[in-house]
This record gives sequence, C-alpha cells and structure tokens, in this order.
Amino acid sequence: MTKQPVSAVLDTDSGEVAEATAPASARWRAIVPSPTVLVLIGAAVAIVVVAGITNDSFLTEGNMTNLLRQMVSTGLLALGMLLVILTGGIDLSVGSVVALTGIMSAGLVSGLPLPVAILVAIVVGVLCGTVNGVMVARFSLAPFVVTLASMTTFRGLTYVYSKTPITPTTPDFLTLGSQNVGPIPIAAVITLAMFGLGWVLINRTSAGRALLGIGGNREAIRLAGVKVQRHLVLAYALSGLCAAVAGVILASRVGIAQPSVGVGFELDAIAACVIGGASLSGGRGTIGGTLAGVVLLGIIDNLLSLYDVQSYWQQVLKGLIIAVAILVRRGERQNT
Amino acid sequence: MKLELRGVRKGYGGVEVLHGVDVTAEGGRVLAIAGANGAGKSTLIKVLAGAVPLDGGEILLDGEPLSLRGPEDAQGLGFRTVYQELSLVPQLTVTENVLLGALPTKRGLIDWPAAHARVRALLEEIGFADIDPRVRAGRLSVARQQMVEIAKALAVEPRMLVLDEPSAVLAGTDLDRLFDLIRRLRERGVAILYVSHRLAEVMEISDSITVIKDGRVVDTLTPARTSEDEIIALMAGRRLEQIYPDRVPEPGKPLLSVRGLSLDGVFDDVSFDLAAGEIVGMFGLVGSGRSEVARCVFGADRPTSGTVELDGAVTRFHTPGDAIGAGVALVTEDRKHSGLVLGMDVTDNITFATMARISRAGLLDVRRRAAHVQDMIERLGIHPPRPEVPVRHLSGGNQQKVVLAKWLLTRPRVLILDEPTRGVDMATRVDIYRMIDELTREGVAILLISSDLTEVLGATDRVLVMRGGRLVAEVGSADTTEDEVLAHSVGVAA
Repeated sequence: MTKQPVSAVLDTDSGEVAEATAPASARWRAIVPSPTVLVLIGAAVAIVVVAGITNDSFLTEGNMTNLLRQMVSTGLLALGMLLVILTGGIDLSVGSVVALTGIMSAGLVSGLPLPVAILVAIVVGVLCGTVNGVMVARFSLAPFVVTLASMTTFRGLTYVYSKTPITPTTPDFLTLGSQNVGPIPIAAVITLAMFGLGWVLINRTSAGRALLGIGGNREAIRLAGVKVQRHLVLAYALSGLCAAVAGVILASRVGIAQPSVGVGFELDAIAACVIGGASLSGGRGTIGGTLAGVVLLGIIDNLLSLYDVQSYWQQVLKGLIIAVAILVRRGERQNT
Repeated sequence: MKLELRGVRKGYGGVEVLHGVDVTAEGGRVLAIAGANGAGKSTLIKVLAGAVPLDGGEILLDGEPLSLRGPEDAQGLGFRTVYQELSLVPQLTVTENVLLGALPTKRGLIDWPAAHARVRALLEEIGFADIDPRVRAGRLSVARQQMVEIAKALAVEPRMLVLDEPSAVLAGTDLDRLFDLIRRLRERGVAILYVSHRLAEVMEISDSITVIKDGRVVDTLTPARTSEDEIIALMAGRRLEQIYPDRVPEPGKPLLSVRGLSLDGVFDDVSFDLAAGEIVGMFGLVGSGRSEVARCVFGADRPTSGTVELDGAVTRFHTPGDAIGAGVALVTEDRKHSGLVLGMDVTDNITFATMARISRAGLLDVRRRAAHVQDMIERLGIHPPRPEVPVRHLSGGNQQKVVLAKWLLTRPRVLILDEPTRGVDMATRVDIYRMIDELTREGVAILLISSDLTEVLGATDRVLVMRGGRLVAEVGSADTTEDEVLAHSVGVAA
C-alpha cells in the first residue's frame, strides 16, 4: 500500500486508465487453451493419426460427417451440464428431457408449423430445467436427488405423451438432423455456435462468473450482492434448453422419436465435463475443456464401432479412458 | 531433541517462497517465528509438518538427516501442528474430532464412555475443562474450537508442537491459559514453535525469536535483548513511525442510524448512529453479538425487528445487494468462509461485488475490469501483483487486501469492517489503519468491529461496547482506557 490518497483508489472509472493499464496478455489469457485442453487435443490428434493410418474408412468424409453428427447430443448435453456442474450441482434429468422434447416436437409437427413445434419443445425443455432449478435453489434440495426424481418424472411424462414411437409427418422435420452446410452437418454448426455462446456466458458475463463463484463459495458470492437463487435457476434452465435442442435434433436425425431414447445420456455428458477438467464439487471447469472432452469421447466411440469392437467392450474401454484422463488431470493439478 | 532446518528452499508453481532458511528448534524451548504476511511462515510450518516436500536443503533430527515424505511421517515422529485454519469436522463431536481415527473400542464397538473420559482429561490438562466433549465441534465458538485443535494435537504425546497464530482467535484469559499450557509442555521437554506476528505475546512466551522476511531468516534474537520496535523494523524492513493515525474526530451529518435492531436469541434492541467521516469501534467478547449486528445491518441476515435508516430515510435491506446498492459494504470476519472464492483468481475475487457495474449490454467490459483490478493491486500493494493468481496461493494479509479491494470498488459510503486485521501482520495493519483514516476524509463512515482492545481504541473516534447481545456502553476513544472497555464488556463496574 502506498501513501496515495484513497480517493485515487476509488477513482477508477475513467476510460484512460483502462487503456493504460489493461495488459494485452490478460485479454488473451482466457482464450489460450489451458494445459488440460492441450493434453486432450494432443490425445485426440494422436488417436486420429493412428486411426487414419490403420483404418481406411476413418478419415473419409462420410465418416467425419457421421462423427460430427454423433457428437451433437453429448456435446449439447455436456454444455448444459457444465453450467450446472460449475455451481456445484448436477443434472441427471437431461436424458429424459431429450426423450420428452424429441417426442413432443415429432408429435406436434403434425398439427403445428415446424418452427412452432420446435419452439414449444424447447420451451418445455426450459420449463423442465426451471423446475429443477427452483427445487434446488428455492427449497435448498440436493441437486442429485431433485434431478434423480425429475429424471423419472420427465421419462414418465414422455410415455404419457406417447407410449409408441412417433414418426413425424412433415419431411421438413428431418432437415435439422440430416442436412449439411457444405460437409458440415447443420446440427454440428448449431452445437458449435452454442458452445461459442456458452464461452461468452462463462467468461464475459457477470452471470457466468457468478455461476463459478457460487460453486466455489456460495456465501461469499451471496454477500457480494449476487442473487444466488436466480443464478442457480438460470443454470438448470439452460441445461434444460440444451437438452431440448439435443432432443429435437436427435429425433430429426433418426427420423423417428422414441420414448425410450436418451437413457444414460447424462453419464456421457458428465464424463465429458470431468475429462475436460470440471470439478464435480463446483467452481472449476471450462468450455474448451468440455468441448475437448466431447470430441475425445466421440472419436473413441466412433473408432470402436469402426473396429467392430463388441459394445460391451466399448463400455469397458470408455470407462478406462475416462479414468486415465482424470488421473492425468490430477497429476497436472498437483504440479501447479 | 534438536531439530534443524538447513538451507531449506521451497516454491510453488515456479515462485520460490523460502530461499534457504535455517531454523533450529530444541526440546524444552519455545522458539517464536515472526514475520510479515507472505514472509514464508506458513510454508515453513508446512515443511515441518511434512505437508509439502522440500525443493532443497535438509532437515536434521539430532544431527541425523530426516526425510519427511508426508504428514504421517511427521506425526509418527511426534511432530504435531495446529494450523491457523481450523480443521475440525463441525458435524462431529469434540471427542470424535480429538480422537479422530483412534477412538477406543471394546469388542469391536466404540467405547464412548472411555472416549469421552479420555477427551475430558485432555481438555482439563489444557485448562479448558468447561468444554463438553459430547457437543458438536461446530457449535463451539472459534476460540473454543482452537483449543479443541490443540487438545487433538496433544492426544498423542508430542515431541514438537507447532502453533500457527494461536492467538488470532484467543483473547484475555483464554490466552493466559494457553501460555500456562505452553510453559508446562516446555518443562516436559517438548519443543514449541510459536508462529505469530503479535509481538507482545512473542516477547512474553518465547525463549528465542527467529524473524523471517521474504523467505529468508533476517535474525534470531533473545526477548531479553531486543524490543518490539526492533522486531517490527526487521519484519517490515523499515521503521513504522506510528501505528495509528492521529485523529481529530469531525463527524459530519449522520449517515446510518440503527434503531432498536433485534435478532431473537442473538442480540436485542441495538441502536446507534454513524456519521460521515467517523470511525466507530465496536467491541465485545466472542458471542456478544457484534458480527451478527453487522450482518443484519448489511442485509445478510434478517433481523426480527428494528430499522436501519440511511440519510434519515428508513431503508430495508432484504439482501446484501440492496445494501451494496445503497453504499453499504461489509468486510466479514472470516475471509475464507464468506469473503473469498479461494479457487478463483484475484481478478474475479476483486470484482464479484461490482460485476454488474463493469458490464456493458450484459457483457463484462474486460479491459475496464483489468484496469480496476490493476489499480487495486497497485494501490493496496497486493503481492504477488498478478491478477490471474488463484487467491488460494496468496498469504493471509494479501487475501485480506483482496477482500478490501472488492469492497472499495463498490465505493461504499458506510464501510463495516469485522476483524479486518485478524491474521494480518503489523506492517499491513498500519496500512489498513491509514487507509480507513483516509476514507473518512472522503466522508465515508466506518464501523470497525474488533476484539483487539488496543486497536479498537487506537484506530477509532468512539467505541460501542456490546455484552450478551446488548449495547451496554459508548465511550470516547481518546479518554478511555482498555480496562474500562473490557470492564463494560464483561459487566464489571470500572
């Protein structure tokens, strides 16, 4: 502390000060990938290279497009899940929301214009998330229990809506999930755009910083004047939104909406976040890491199918890879 | 027993904290380690506890090289450490905490009567027989929890006991009892390391004093042949002319008026005024309700009845956000639990209370944020001056500066400081006193809650004394003695 008058301490609103003292490095720091992400990207690249050499069909355009398409569901769910995990919570209900919103959009499209049907499905997803958020925030219930209950409830509502699969009557419904922009599936473009928005939310808005802060020390954030309950509801609502988008896209890609779809999806989403460096106790996690986690999981799934590995062995391998990724990350954290 | 550290080096993430430190502790002697924030005291303690590995140098036990591979090794040798941060499990009873992992069993089941008896005997030995071993640790006052920590350290007869800032939460008779305990342990041949920056205590209890500054040993002194001033100068690397600024109280117009504020079972009918440009102290023993009053004024807790007036108009702060918006700020007493998000960086922690103000169209103006943070780092001298460092890696005093920076950025008109100098070294304290003195010249009203009698009289214009949830006295700081304030706080006529 220097002897400068305190008035100077407080007088920091002028733009000139900002010009003079904001270091350029600080601005870039948030964009440069963290070591975790670099490790994951390195692992993904290594796998791609090996796979490209040993398997003729891996690097074909058809398979790459397919790969992107397969990553969409996990990607969107992981994005929403990350927001919830940052607050120290968890959302187990996303798989059920995928089924509910998928089947609703496929069913509604027979009576409503396509955009309206999709919008309704998305609103339903946001409502599902909001219910979770209100239970967690307002009534201080444990996120695990709340979303475990709502996972069952939303699944039940899906079957109430339709016990049998629904084939959408409008061919346009399939556009979202099956059409490409150039070689890139529309669905992948939407997913990437949403990750971009997620990055902005987390790194460039007060709400995003508050979500991290709530996970780190809820009381300190509350005393700093942040409306904690509102932010918690926001996180779960956005998780519901992401799940709804995933639900609609999935129904559109498959061409038929199954009430049983999405079981276990939440686990892949959580795995992607954790591989990407998020802490389940909250307060830590990045968009870049989560995206890298999604890509890594997607490539592994794709490759194991290409190599005709039995699906049970796929699960065993995937589990091991997640464990290794977490161990690597732990070692890295201890070095800092 | 003789334990020597020779040329010990230790750093974290490329920043070296200890640059070759030599320290010698001997059985039957009390060695004090004195140093400012960030001098390396905490790291030194962690090295002795085996909690962190050495980067260089060696540890010798009775001349033989010693390798501590983890806390288990240190504990196996009888080295016990009582950290400044309490590590009790609040949901468990005192007995379970003290005997954690070593509860006596009978036929495979826990022998509760034996366990409680054992802990009762330990508490009696340390002079705190009034703590009930069966209550949950979380229900004890912080001072009591500290003593339970010490009982835990003594559950197995120690050869060396390291006490990290034990007096940060102890005061008065509690501290006397701790000193009695230290003297008894010394007679039994235990080596004591007493880490503190409270020099009066250090002078009283220690046989020798090792002063460290910036990760190096500056000098080792004997209390009989040194003075507090000399040690302060060594710690700070400069002479501190004057601890408390001279104040001529010039209260301006009343800013904040608290009227009949009550919280059932905690405090009752508390009324006082704060005027612009005034520093008002609030003193009371732990449990007198001072912090709770502050929290209710700030909107962190909801009072049962009573009002808060700002500028003469009755205001209701339903949330801290309301209070912040009206220009009221609260620096809480426990920065780890309610002040900081330890895993996040300096930038985030400094701006948590002002994020909305540095946003434009919903987006954070990161350049302005960086400028604000840079400014605060420079003005408050936060070290290291790196906005991207997680506050977990900062020393206690620098963490406190980060909390202060957060609240200064809200441009408060009323600043409530609850124990702002706890666990903070002398040089930083002097800076904090100067800072609040300067704030009052801007017309800010300050409420300084403190359990440090010297501070509460030295740094303020007048003092409110609380006892048992009531405001029992108001005295002028200049014409009151510490004994008088203490007498009011315990209810004895002065």
